[in-house]
Amino acid sequence: MSPAAPGPGSLADLTGHELAERFASGAATAVQATEAALERIAATDERLHAFLIVTGDQALEAAGEVDAARERGERLGPLAGVPLALKDVLVTKGVRTTAGSRILEEFVPPYDATVVRRLREAGVVILGKTNMDEFAMGSSTENSGFGPTRNPWDTDRVPGGSSGGSAAAVAAGQAPLGIGTDTGGSIRQPAALCGIVGVKPTYGLVSRYGLIAFASSLDQVGPFARDVRDAATLLETIAGHDPMDSTSIPDVPVDCTSRLTDGVDGLRVGVVKELFLEGTEPGVLARVREGLERLERLGARLEECSLPSFEYALSAYYLIAPAECSSNLARYDGVRWGLRAKDSADVVDMMQRTRQAGFGAEVKRRVMLGTYALSAGYYDAYYGQAQKVRTLVRRELDDAYQRFDLLVGPTAPTVAFPIGEKADDPLAMYLNDVFTIPVNLAGNAAVSVPAGLSDGLPVGLQLIAPALGEATMLRAAWAFEQDLGLSTRPVSHEEVRS
Amino acid sequence: MTAAVAEEVGARRYETVIGIETHCELGTATKMFCACPTTFGAEPNTQVCPVCLGEPGSLPVANGRAVEFAARIGLALHCRIAERSQFHRKNYFYPDMPKNYQISQYDEPLCVGGWLDVDVEGELRRIGITRVHLEEDTGKSLHVGATGRIHGADYSLVDYNRAGIPLVEIVSEPDLRTADEARAYAEELRAVLVALGVSDAKLEEGSMRFDVNVSIRPVGHAEFGTKVELKNLNSLRSLHRAVAYEAERQRRVLAEGGKLTQETRHWDEGAGRTEPMRSKEFATDYRYFPEPDLVPIEATASWVDGLRAELPELPAEQRARLAEATGLPAKEVGWLVRDPEVLAYFQTVLGRGAGRDPKVVAGWVMGQLQHDLREFGHTMASSPVGPERLGELLDLLAAGTVSATAAKDVLAEMFNSEASPATIVERKGLAQISDTGELEAVVERVVAANPDLADKFRGGKRGVLGAMVGQVMRETRGRANPKLVSDLLERAIGG
Amino acid sequence: MPISRADVEHVARLARLALTDEELDRFQAQLSVILEEADKITRLPTEGVPPTAHPLPRVNAWRDDVPGPCLTREEALSTAPEIEQDRFKVPRIIEEAP
Repeated sequence: MSPAAPGPGSLADLTGHELAERFASGAATAVQATEAALERIAATDERLHAFLIVTGDQALEAAGEVDAARERGERLGPLAGVPLALKDVLVTKGVRTTAGSRILEEFVPPYDATVVRRLREAGVVILGKTNMDEFAMGSSTENSGFGPTRNPWDTDRVPGGSSGGSAAAVAAGQAPLGIGTDTGGSIRQPAALCGIVGVKPTYGLVSRYGLIAFASSLDQVGPFARDVRDAATLLETIAGHDPMDSTSIPDVPVDCTSRLTDGVDGLRVGVVKELFLEGTEPGVLARVREGLERLERLGARLEECSLPSFEYALSAYYLIAPAECSSNLARYDGVRWGLRAKDSADVVDMMQRTRQAGFGAEVKRRVMLGTYALSAGYYDAYYGQAQKVRTLVRRELDDAYQRFDLLVGPTAPTVAFPIGEKADDPLAMYLNDVFTIPVNLAGNAAVSVPAGLSDGLPVGLQLIAPALGEATMLRAAWAFEQDLGLSTRPVSHEEVRS
Repeated sequence: MTAAVAEEVGARRYETVIGIETHCELGTATKMFCACPTTFGAEPNTQVCPVCLGEPGSLPVANGRAVEFAARIGLALHCRIAERSQFHRKNYFYPDMPKNYQISQYDEPLCVGGWLDVDVEGELRRIGITRVHLEEDTGKSLHVGATGRIHGADYSLVDYNRAGIPLVEIVSEPDLRTADEARAYAEELRAVLVALGVSDAKLEEGSMRFDVNVSIRPVGHAEFGTKVELKNLNSLRSLHRAVAYEAERQRRVLAEGGKLTQETRHWDEGAGRTEPMRSKEFATDYRYFPEPDLVPIEATASWVDGLRAELPELPAEQRARLAEATGLPAKEVGWLVRDPEVLAYFQTVLGRGAGRDPKVVAGWVMGQLQHDLREFGHTMASSPVGPERLGELLDLLAAGTVSATAAKDVLAEMFNSEASPATIVERKGLAQISDTGELEAVVERVVAANPDLADKFRGGKRGVLGAMVGQVMRETRGRANPKLVSDLLERAIGG
Repeated sequence: MPISRADVEHVARLARLALTDEELDRFQAQLSVILEEADKITRLPTEGVPPTAHPLPRVNAWRDDVPGPCLTREEALSTAPEIEQDRFKVPRIIEEAP
């Protein structure tokens, strides 16, 4: 342990808005904040493995530009100079982008994702690209082609997934902000398991251009942060219409912060019966029930509601998402980029052996499943039927929003589980997403906010809102977080370093 | 069994059933789902971007003009424009397809259920149109090896400039019965596309291609026979020959007691026959599903009405109007209408001068003008001889100021000079000689030089007069009034 | 619905995966379990329920037909495993396009 090692009290432990205050007052610079983050990464990432690539020089250069602009008196955004951990599923021009897959090990994209461009324009300092389940398929980050990420709360446990790298980085103070993607829970579940805030925005609110697709009709980019205010500000920074994405919502003013502190008094909150499944860990249920009481005490009006179609959501999801992924991943064939098998007899042989060598077990499993679900003779029974179930889920949610402003439940059925525990049981792993998936099917918004600990491990509370209901949802999350008053710092860094 | 017997059996008992899927590139400035330009013949892989290369993370956005063009085609073919249609993904692996799926339309196409009237040797046949839908083109592979073709190549090189160019697929009902009908349908369809201004439909650049389904069945049977698909025919000539060959081949197979297999065959233009394509290792399963990256197309009534109101005059209407107005025979009218530039030129020449004879104008526009355009390396668009100047020349011809022969020289000169036809005639001394005195001397000379011809004429072989007129024309460098020369010769010989 | 070994092999070919025998066995077992779970929804009555292909009710997201910038050829080819004559080089193609 070196005396210069950043510990508690370092700039690395501050939130984005706390850093912004110090930048504004001159108490700290963006370069200092970036250095603190890079030092924390250097000290902890050998054990955590949250990052696949750290672009320190570029980060310091970007931070230096923000400091210079501030000195020139330029008007800067609220996150200018704040460091961020970017999930390696968003393409970055000139910086290797792998989506956690060996098949893209050498892929250097020739363009920037829209979200990346917006972050750069806002002066956000991108520290590097974070680890993830291969092509975002997984709930533990164990499916990365480059080794698992560890949970900063207990490094023998998973951080959740698929955005486990960004979640772990934010929890460990490697970065105050993170970007993840959520197809079936890949932001909310790792946020819950790492004790931070994670937002899955309304489908179409954040551009998918440059997001390496897993399941196009479900994928959405969203923020990680150590508190709700940062998450809201980061969401505002990345949200907004993008003409390069046909599914991006036009003409929506994105304001998640101006009424953030207005409280929950009078809000109608539906407690979704189907999200309190048998098999959910008692410790998780206890924290969530306490959370419900807290919301009620704060003035929200809680009432139980039933959404029976949720029972079918998991099955529908595990047909729709693999079907779309089987098509989205067809382009990794060794012709234009990435890995190519050598000494092939012909082009079909080359493609088959390239994909065989480049994809991991979970990706192959889902590609197989999706190909089967779409194939002739099974389309109506599987994919077609799943799309109808999707309609049922949407309708039930729409009905519920007639009576409720928000819906509530746990984010995940368990706390962080030991690495390796579910690796050989796909169905058990899929159950991690049972509470988060209905939101993706319906294209709604949701947030996971820390609700306390169970046996020393974080539990997340999930608030669900109708499409474009982010402002109300984050207002409730903020009120809850303020009242609970949790420490945002999960763990001693000494422990992580061991 | 001999071929002769087979033919006899076949011809008596079977009819050919033909349906055509036409693929045509749309003449938009940009590709179907990205802003890359569509210029033909650019250097390889220079008209590509993350979207049309299918780069990880890229997303398609539909070209509104391409959607409009496809709807226009549907309306011209009397289709219904679906209130709601959408794109699907057609999944199969092939190296010229960057995403290994093609964005196409499947069970919810943009246009459904229309027809096209086709003139086959003067008889009108109404051919059903099943559907018109939008999709994207693939890249192009260069096969390197001894053969230069896919079979026997050592490896291939792919250029994605063409990938993502908007295509319409126009599917006909199996209403065609002969190779002639198939060609006439393709020709008429091409004329419609060109008249609509939605495509240049250049077969030689591959911007229009045909897949043809051919089967035969006993005359009178309602059920279809075993279908053979002929892929990628890229000229009207190939289309006609391939269909004729394939129908005959199928007749022969049946006549010889064989069985037809449903298959895809390739037309070998050089060998003049169809051959089975390399068989697939397993049945094709495209796993179509709605393209999640694109939103549906909703065609409102007002949008459709607007497009319908803006439809230009279509070839059938143009032909009817032109035949009526000019009295030209169907064949010439058809020729004029085939190319909108030729038609516009013709109409301008005809319209600008009072009393110009449509037959003469058509003859010059389709004949000598085209000849000279080729000769001097021009197109209709770049022609230095505009319709006004050609009209002036034809007026000189009509007035007898120049002979037809001299007028050809004047026209050639007009390609190199901006002077008016009248000035050229004067400058080059090409005015027609209608002065009897001036011509009589030449006539006398020609008669004297050809006593044998003169004898034959006097002996009743009046046809020889033409040869003598020709000699007079040559001696006067085409300036003599041929009618006058003829009269003078007759008088000189007979007198 | 249990999935047969032949189905698994067929799907692997469709998906262009050169799976090992061990993988084929494992996927046959795992896909059967997952599809059994999925059977829950195949039995659900959904008469008259329209499918949801897009979570949002957007239509007609079109762009203008105006050319924009392309990649340079160097950028386009920069990711390629093999190039020749400014094109992407691939091993020999044995089948015609379908």
